[in-house]
Amino acid sequence: MAPRKTASKPASQANVSKDELLAYYKDMLLIRRFEEKAGQLYGMGLIGGFCHLYIGQEAVVVGLEAATKEGDKRITSYRDHGHMLACGMDPNGVMAELTGREGGYSKGKGGSMHMFSKEKHFYGGHGIVGAQVPLGAGLAFSDKYKGNDNVTFAYFGDGAANQGQVYETYNMAELWDLPVIFVIENNQYAMGTSVARSTKSPSLWERGAAYGIEGEEVDGMDVLAVKEAGERAVAHCRAGKGPYILEVKTYRYRGHSMSDPAKYRTREEVQKMREERDPIEAVRSILLTGNHATEDDLKAIDKDIKAIVNESAEFAKESPEPALEELWTDIYADEIPQHNA
Amino acid sequence: MATELLMPALSPTMEEGTLAKWLIKEGDTVSSGDIIAEIETDKATMEFEAVDEGIVGKILVAEGTEGVKVNEVIAILVEEGESADDIAAPAPAAEAQAPAATEAPASAPAKAAAPVEVVSKASPDFPEGTPMKTQTVREALRDAMAEEMRRDENVFLMGEEVAEYQGAYKISQGMLDEFGPKRVIDTPITEHGFAGIATGAAFGGLKPIVEFMTFNFAMQAIDHLINSAAKTLYMSGGQMGAPMVFRGPNGAAARVGAQHSQDYAAWYAQIPGLKVVMPYSAADYKGLMKTAIRDPNPVIFLENEIMYGKSFEVPDLEDFTIPFGKARIWREGTDVTIVSFGIGMTYALEAADKLAAEGISAEVIDLRTLRPIDYDTVLASVMKTNRCVTVEEGFPVGSIGNHISAVIMQRAFDYLDAPVINCAGKDVPMPYAANLEKLALVTTDEVVAACKEVTYR
Repeated sequence: MAPRKTASKPASQANVSKDELLAYYKDMLLIRRFEEKAGQLYGMGLIGGFCHLYIGQEAVVVGLEAATKEGDKRITSYRDHGHMLACGMDPNGVMAELTGREGGYSKGKGGSMHMFSKEKHFYGGHGIVGAQVPLGAGLAFSDKYKGNDNVTFAYFGDGAANQGQVYETYNMAELWDLPVIFVIENNQYAMGTSVARSTKSPSLWERGAAYGIEGEEVDGMDVLAVKEAGERAVAHCRAGKGPYILEVKTYRYRGHSMSDPAKYRTREEVQKMREERDPIEAVRSILLTGNHATEDDLKAIDKDIKAIVNESAEFAKESPEPALEELWTDIYADEIPQHNA
Repeated sequence: MATELLMPALSPTMEEGTLAKWLIKEGDTVSSGDIIAEIETDKATMEFEAVDEGIVGKILVAEGTEGVKVNEVIAILVEEGESADDIAAPAPAAEAQAPAATEAPASAPAKAAAPVEVVSKASPDFPEGTPMKTQTVREALRDAMAEEMRRDENVFLMGEEVAEYQGAYKISQGMLDEFGPKRVIDTPITEHGFAGIATGAAFGGLKPIVEFMTFNFAMQAIDHLINSAAKTLYMSGGQMGAPMVFRGPNGAAARVGAQHSQDYAAWYAQIPGLKVVMPYSAADYKGLMKTAIRDPNPVIFLENEIMYGKSFEVPDLEDFTIPFGKARIWREGTDVTIVSFGIGMTYALEAADKLAAEGISAEVIDLRTLRPIDYDTVLASVMKTNRCVTVEEGFPVGSIGNHISAVIMQRAFDYLDAPVINCAGKDVPMPYAANLEKLALVTTDEVVAACKEVTYR
């Protein structure tokens, strides 16, 4: 089968309702403000270890979540805060996990990179680059085995796209028609290595063709384009046609992690993206020019979002550290004694 | 000049086989490449091709004969004009030598102590009087998996050659027929990928059994076993984990060299979040595999290729399981405790027999599971015998024996009358040459010597 080549085309705004636009605006803004707050708390020493912010990439998860239904699953790498907020996880629980507190999604035992929500079908939060790809295909395997029509979104970056296990997974996913959408969030830098410095393949999604997997490239700074591509991918998977690849071209404004000075790109490059392609500004502009909302309406939304984020920060500071006994729990589903000689 | 046709070795671990069928008869002319017989190993039925040309002078082993030893003369080829009757009946040279070799210790010193009685201890896993049947480890494993797949439709088997080929080592023989391709799944050769997919399927609520053709190949997948399967329950604060079994042959087979001969027991036993099983007897293979499949955690189930064809008594019960963390005392003894597991038990039990003949009473403990480990049984025994020798095939540095020694030192130091000795594989990559391979593995004689050393005899 010939993979479809879809030029990254601007989405039509005609059939998007005001409510949808407002929802995307709110969801993206929540991620942006949440991440800014997380960066602030990191600077204050309240968040430790590695912390990878999603700022700039908000349209990817918000657009794709708009294409899901209840029961669909998602799994991603360590740059995972945006995915969790977009699928409806509680900002308090996410922020408290970042601060390593009892109220966090993993009771403080996972941290920024390892968070999960069974209730929201969010399967992590994985710290090993590329590992989430076969895991995601395995989630899709479980749904196909059970005979339902759920799909799984397996997110990974342009860096993970060079891991061998990704291609092992492509091969089996297509062989077994697994309902998995491989979402390559191509933010153009694998830590400090640009795509151009890591591969000569012109595009990452086209690698799927070697395995017979269809896919397309998507403008990841345009939430409407992402949503439409997501709907095409979901329809493909739900119809039992096997996996689908979305290479979503996006950009992260911050460094790879909090400790990355980002010397591998120019200030101007970042500035240009922010000014010309910001996904939140784009929706804001549609809302205003289309008379869907007034400046005052949007200000009110900003205020609400700020309140949610501030509350999450307060919760994350006030939630106690996990009880010392927690060191020894959740190692086995049936607690067996640990070696503690 | 007559040519002897010898029973061929058709796998690294084959010692004997069944001469299933002759495709030639006396008087036939055969040429190189002709298929002359079908030979059944415990894994497969193989065709046996002629290498030499000639006339079939005499067939010495009738078709249907079981237990034909490798290198036994099975037929004689003669040349034109020659008669098989001209040839003296071949002496079964190989056979005559073999038993003699094992009887060698007859040269024991004349002043040896009086032998002690070998006290076998009944299995603690089922009541005495339970009806038993003889089964190979291979059959016990297959029955365990099949029984659990009948019991729980979320259990499935995946791996290389598990379905249509019936298993590279024939463990899954017949399972495709019974359960179909949805539940007995052939994978491409892609360990990293399918270990990850299986772990994801476990996150999604299924109970995968992943067969690695050998645990050597699991090295390509070990990230998922440890980082994905073992740690997720903890990292998710108990929300989700990976109820699954990773299984396959582990340790040295026979003459397969360094990359195919490694015991990973100590590696996996180090990881919190995993359970690690390494059985010895067929009954334990069965009971522990059933427990492993039902266990809500990731279980590493370390098998042994050499043991697959060995037969043991297995309880003939509808549902027989063995709990993890319970060692089995195979022999009761008073002078020294031998702690082992897996194929190491072969040496431990042989050594106990030899020691008994020399008046040393050894207690032999099979750990059976390495995570959790039944420390209490080991410590109670050491407190009684005051001496301990551990036996395993793995590398000596950071071995299970090292760990057991440390625990004994910490918790029973005052009971020890001698330092604990760890018998292990040698600290070398496995060599291919037969003599060197033998030297690299732990031997019964080394275990005997260690037991004498700790008992000062």
